[in-house]
Amino acid sequence: MASLIIRNGRVMDPASGHDSTADVLILDGRIAAVGPNIEAPGSIEVQDATGQVVAPGFLDIHVHLREPGFEHAETIETGGKAAAAGGFTTVCCMPNTSPVNDNATVTSYIIERARQYSPVNVFPIGAITKGSAGEELASIGAMRRAGAVAISDDGRPVMNSQVMRRAMELARGWDIPVIDHCEDLNLSAGGDMHEGVTSVRRGLRGIPSASEDVMVARDLLLAEVTGARVHIAHLSTVNAAAMVAYAKANGLRVSAEVTPHHFVLADKDAAPYDSNYKMRPPLRARRDIRSVIDALVSGAIEVIATDHAPHAGSEKMQEFERCPFGITGLETAIALSLETLVHSGRISLMKMIGLFTTGPARVMGLPRGTLAVGAPGDVTLFDPDLHWTYDVNRTCSKSKNSPFHGRSFRGSQTATIVGGRVVWQFPAE
Amino acid sequence: MAGLLGIEDLSRDEIRSILDRARDFQQTPSQPVRKYELLRGKMIVNLFFESSTRTRTSFEIAAKRLGADAVSITASGSSVSKGESLVDTLNTLGAMRPNGIVMRHAASGAPHFLARHLAIPIINAGDGTHEHPTQALLDARTILDHRESLEGLRVAIIGDIAHSRVARSNMYLLSKFGAQVVLCGPPTLLPAEFAQLARGVTLTWDMHEAIEGADVIMMLRVQLERQNETPFPASEYFSFYGLRLEHISLAKPDVLVMHPGPINRGRELSSEVADSQRSVILNQVENGVAVRMAVLERMLN
Repeated sequence: MASLIIRNGRVMDPASGHDSTADVLILDGRIAAVGPNIEAPGSIEVQDATGQVVAPGFLDIHVHLREPGFEHAETIETGGKAAAAGGFTTVCCMPNTSPVNDNATVTSYIIERARQYSPVNVFPIGAITKGSAGEELASIGAMRRAGAVAISDDGRPVMNSQVMRRAMELARGWDIPVIDHCEDLNLSAGGDMHEGVTSVRRGLRGIPSASEDVMVARDLLLAEVTGARVHIAHLSTVNAAAMVAYAKANGLRVSAEVTPHHFVLADKDAAPYDSNYKMRPPLRARRDIRSVIDALVSGAIEVIATDHAPHAGSEKMQEFERCPFGITGLETAIALSLETLVHSGRISLMKMIGLFTTGPARVMGLPRGTLAVGAPGDVTLFDPDLHWTYDVNRTCSKSKNSPFHGRSFRGSQTATIVGGRVVWQFPAE
Repeated sequence: MAGLLGIEDLSRDEIRSILDRARDFQQTPSQPVRKYELLRGKMIVNLFFESSTRTRTSFEIAAKRLGADAVSITASGSSVSKGESLVDTLNTLGAMRPNGIVMRHAASGAPHFLARHLAIPIINAGDGTHEHPTQALLDARTILDHRESLEGLRVAIIGDIAHSRVARSNMYLLSKFGAQVVLCGPPTLLPAEFAQLARGVTLTWDMHEAIEGADVIMMLRVQLERQNETPFPASEYFSFYGLRLEHISLAKPDVLVMHPGPINRGRELSSEVADSQRSVILNQVENGVAVRMAVLERMLN
């Protein structure tokens, strides 16, 4: 367990509201003190944070690390490095590996591999059903005991509402959230992009907003029946945002996340037939973007998550309709959020930090995302004004499927600290 | 112009010059077929991932009449193993160094994929449910063989609009020249978004309304059984959207009836209509070669 003192940064902690120039002392991997001019042992390593924001370590509760099974696209090590390079100290990984993380053995394997190879904390999310086939419930309790922090059949949503109801009841008993990728697979069948003028123009099958809305509505109704904590993954539509706000107003234990790409890009912005713009849910219309940003502003959505979904280059070198869904996102999340939400004046810097810290920590029930004394010594440093250009050829991920290659940003993560150890620094030119 | 991927991005001038040039290549029945040396020494690869005898043959004849060497590669898209087809094809083609590629593919955007990675002209011979630019050009050539201009013409396009690349390309072309385009089909095959794709486009579910006063009726090929769902009961398709002689009287007296072929008699149109004086379906086939000659000449020189 490492010790470190971070000097002279603008310390911002949404959990306490702290916002002033200060030092952060980490002793043996835990936050020991926050304040001006802290005295520290002479031998301690110093991280100069002058001109930078010092925030609690960022969490990304929706990533795909592809291990076990798809190591050609990503591993726990490379995904962990990409997370560190993106300013994240903790990630939660989805269970759609091979084999699927639907039992305690796979859960333990992921945790052990992460302990050995990942620079950041990794918390696995278990499957809802065996093989994520949507029929028989997975070993939820055993996975919970092994360290799974939530359940989800991300990407292969449970279509059978009775199965989902039972899963929610069990999850409530285990006090873990059910995360749902909301998509009615019949309504979206064969779809390659958002259903609208652009899909019709390009001759591509559409994925209607209704395919998401129908399932969000179902899940919220089941949340009411079961009392479960339900988290809506990558929310992308006007109606879904409105329904989540309504459910919250009615006291349901519901939360939601939005990805940076869904609040930055619309369907029209996608380069034609370029699979780096192909994901589920698809990039939606401008009005959907306005709506999800409004929901971030109002607090109806309390989490930004990337849905980092690496795919090997060869998988993306085929006909658009055959290309798999998903894009990488860990390394561009902070910059996109600063650009679209903070520099545009929609939300404060403090609020943005909360979307990456207190918000996700609360959803997952993790005692993280704060600089309180005694908390894990995870810290994210960023410079909201640093100008840089994203070069996907220098990514830490094994995959390069990002639509943001070549994009210039104002604002970047500058250092990532996990348990008092600096695991990534902005490269010196 | 580095290739021909679609009509949507073409200017009126580019279209007009192709159509004018195509007239030079039209054959007169009384004279022997004329051959040219315009593309001597050029190699054209016809890459057909979807079976299409007539379009492929038409491109082959066009290339040969221009003096080019034409090679046809036919691959069934489904038999090529997933994940390898297009990249491997790409690499193979790069090594063969053709001067141009004519591509037909069942996936929308497949020629665009090729164009992004190869620095030679790519001619789209129909991509999925997106565009079929040479079909629209030959249809325009056919109309202009019978009419002074496209401007102000009322053109009804009838059938499975949603999945039709022919409808999209024709709609773009006709709209650019000021025609009124009426798209007609059952609600499940006629997305409302079409009205926003081009100027002067209206939609109707009623075939009589579509044909009323029409100068041109374009029937589309309908393959309801190939869809993975049932957008319209095949049993009643002909009675609501099949073109029969009784419809013709609703149109202008000199109406042109067109079809991209191959026709399904008794499915999209009755035999009587197909064989009637108003049908210009065989003219379309003839013009296919002339228009493709004009396109190949322009793209490869």
